[in-house]
Amino acid sequence: MSTPTLESLHFKNRLYWLLLAAGGLVATAGMYAVHLMEHHGHIITGMDNQIVWGLPHVFAIFLIVAASGVLNVASIGSVFGKAIYKARAPLASLLSIAMLMGGLTVLMLDLGRPDRIIVAATNYNLTSVFAWNVLLYSGMVGLVVVYLWTMMERRMNPYNKIAGIGVFVWRFVLTTGTGLIFAFLTARQAYGSALLPPMFIVLSFAWGMAVFHLVQTSIYMWNEKEIDPSILARKKHLLGVFVLGSMYMVATYHLTNAYFSQQQGFERFILLDGGIYPGLFWWGYIVLGNIVPLALLYAPGIQRDRWAALASLLIILGGFALLYVFIIGGQAWPLNLFPGYEVSSTFADGQISAYSPSIYEFLLGLGGLSIAFLITTVSVRVLNFMPQDKPYIAD
Amino acid sequence: MSDMDMDRRNFLKTSVGAAAVAIAPGMMLYSVAQGKSEGASSRVRWGMLIDTNQCKPGCNDCVTACNRENGLPGETKATDSQWIRKIEIKDISSGREISLPMMCQHCENPPCVDVCPTNASMKRADGIVLVDKHRCIGCRYCMMACPYKARSFVHEPQHDQNPDVPRGKGTVESCTLCVHRIDVGGKPACSEACPNQAIIFGDLNDENSEIAQKVRSVASVQVRADLRLNPGVRYQGI
Amino acid sequence: MRLLVSLLLTLCVSLAWASEAASPKLDIGKGGQCVEDTQWMRKNHMHLLKHGRDDALRHGIRDEKHSLKTCIECHASTQDNSVTARADSFCVGCHKYEAVKLDCFECHSGTRKSAWLQQRNAK
Repeated sequence: MSTPTLESLHFKNRLYWLLLAAGGLVATAGMYAVHLMEHHGHIITGMDNQIVWGLPHVFAIFLIVAASGVLNVASIGSVFGKAIYKARAPLASLLSIAMLMGGLTVLMLDLGRPDRIIVAATNYNLTSVFAWNVLLYSGMVGLVVVYLWTMMERRMNPYNKIAGIGVFVWRFVLTTGTGLIFAFLTARQAYGSALLPPMFIVLSFAWGMAVFHLVQTSIYMWNEKEIDPSILARKKHLLGVFVLGSMYMVATYHLTNAYFSQQQGFERFILLDGGIYPGLFWWGYIVLGNIVPLALLYAPGIQRDRWAALASLLIILGGFALLYVFIIGGQAWPLNLFPGYEVSSTFADGQISAYSPSIYEFLLGLGGLSIAFLITTVSVRVLNFMPQDKPYIAD
Repeated sequence: MSDMDMDRRNFLKTSVGAAAVAIAPGMMLYSVAQGKSEGASSRVRWGMLIDTNQCKPGCNDCVTACNRENGLPGETKATDSQWIRKIEIKDISSGREISLPMMCQHCENPPCVDVCPTNASMKRADGIVLVDKHRCIGCRYCMMACPYKARSFVHEPQHDQNPDVPRGKGTVESCTLCVHRIDVGGKPACSEACPNQAIIFGDLNDENSEIAQKVRSVASVQVRADLRLNPGVRYQGI
Repeated sequence: MRLLVSLLLTLCVSLAWASEAASPKLDIGKGGQCVEDTQWMRKNHMHLLKHGRDDALRHGIRDEKHSLKTCIECHASTQDNSVTARADSFCVGCHKYEAVKLDCFECHSGTRKSAWLQQRNAK
């Protein structure tokens, strides 16, 4: 570790404000896009009556799933008592809150009537998984704040374990809830599978870990520190296991589908001849999001944390590709109203629907990312979230 | 006595069964005293029977009538609302062609109602599935859940709506079975407009109604019956 | 302190006085007392509408006497058949003055139904 000079501190100070300004600019652009969507209606987005959920939902669901997964780091520390993870629990909790806030903002601002958000808080439909999620998401934020408190306030330390267990259980339920949004859609061939909640849970592990790793590397770089190689090795290994696990879940989902002849048309569409979707799936998710990162994590000779950070970045981008295929590809495939019939109508029955996102929904999604970025950047600056490792002892 | 009251009388005469006599009088007295209609009754189950043999390919009269009645622009871009649409289907193995109208099927167990976070999607006591736009936040989950793709999202600000049929930007909407007509004793515009009387509307629970008699005597199916949603709209000749 | 109080008092008094003078001149359509007392309606019309809308939509209990359509039928301008078209229209004028957001007419028509039907049938 080099001693900081006055120049380097000045430079960092300026860089901090620059980063903040850049994040603020993106967030402002996102808010402007929301304003336009509010004024003109969703007509200015690429979403329509066929593709009802679009790019904002890809961003929001990624953020929410990763927000739950990132807490893995905290859980391994608090619930299973591993010291190197415990040192990272505060940062993981912060990231979780930041991403939840970002994701929920996007979901909320994409509503047709965001001004009526109070209605969602006062009228609960107990059979709606969306209504459950309102509770699950807000409860998660509250619980993680309490958890952070038990870690950062010495007098609250005794409650840390119980808060940690609470968070651990809650986030499983939360990701299950997110998976259920799709698992409960009986009518659409892409969804309506009980496999989806566990799939989302394992995906959340991989994505959350990747986000955590990327942020951790940035913080270490900023402070001109090197992460202990043995700690890095363990974390890389865990990330690799999560990536393999999520690939297994995704493969199971597609392979079981491909076995049912009623689902084969859909699988052929997503995996072989559906235009952008097979490309995104194979190149975006499988190759760039899984194979290359695994190579970067496990190949001998490249031990630097920068490579692991690159692997994490690719896993995140792969996650976006998978969600795009899952959410938008899943809606592009027509509903099967009359099995065994060729169908046509003025409402795109029997046709594959096209979707081209507009700049506005893209800006809204980016705005959500930038909110998560801003919360993280400011918090890391003003509070101590830097992992404090004791000399490493295997436990 | 106004037309509306006459209609109500007829409606009561035809649809209220013997069981109603025990409970209804008190309620009706109250309603009449307040100058209100008596509201949707769970003794009624509104439904439609569509005879696809009578439905002509290329004929769009039901769609036009719906658009006119409900103040829809009647365009067919992907962002435009279509409460009812004509679907042409062709049996892949036999080549048999059928034309039929598709709209909200007014399920007994509607997935749109199950998934709606705010209870905006709701089913009236008489089986009509509606969107309460006072509560709809525009999340579009119901559109994801509907197996019939019956719902549309209003993508643009609306002007000049039919005073009986409110519709507005940022909310989801669908066929209301012309509830504003039903409540004054009328029937849906599509059913009225069909030149071949292919759409029979009525109370499925009233065994003397035309629709109930016909459902008993001819073979009819529900679309996606495998989902067990028990739609109130049935099709004959598929 | 005394200065502040007197200043506030002056402000309030002048505001009250100004409000008296500037109270909106509305195009009240047919006008007069319709279904309830005018003062009572000024205070309570929102409760009637809010309660009535749930009854009508969710339960099919249509209280024609107190429905929004009946309001409009009576109070729409005799010139343009609307309660919202101009700055002094029946609903808009008062809501603008009171600075209360008016959300009804994003979905509901602000036009007299008879006029709307006439226009539609002419098409």
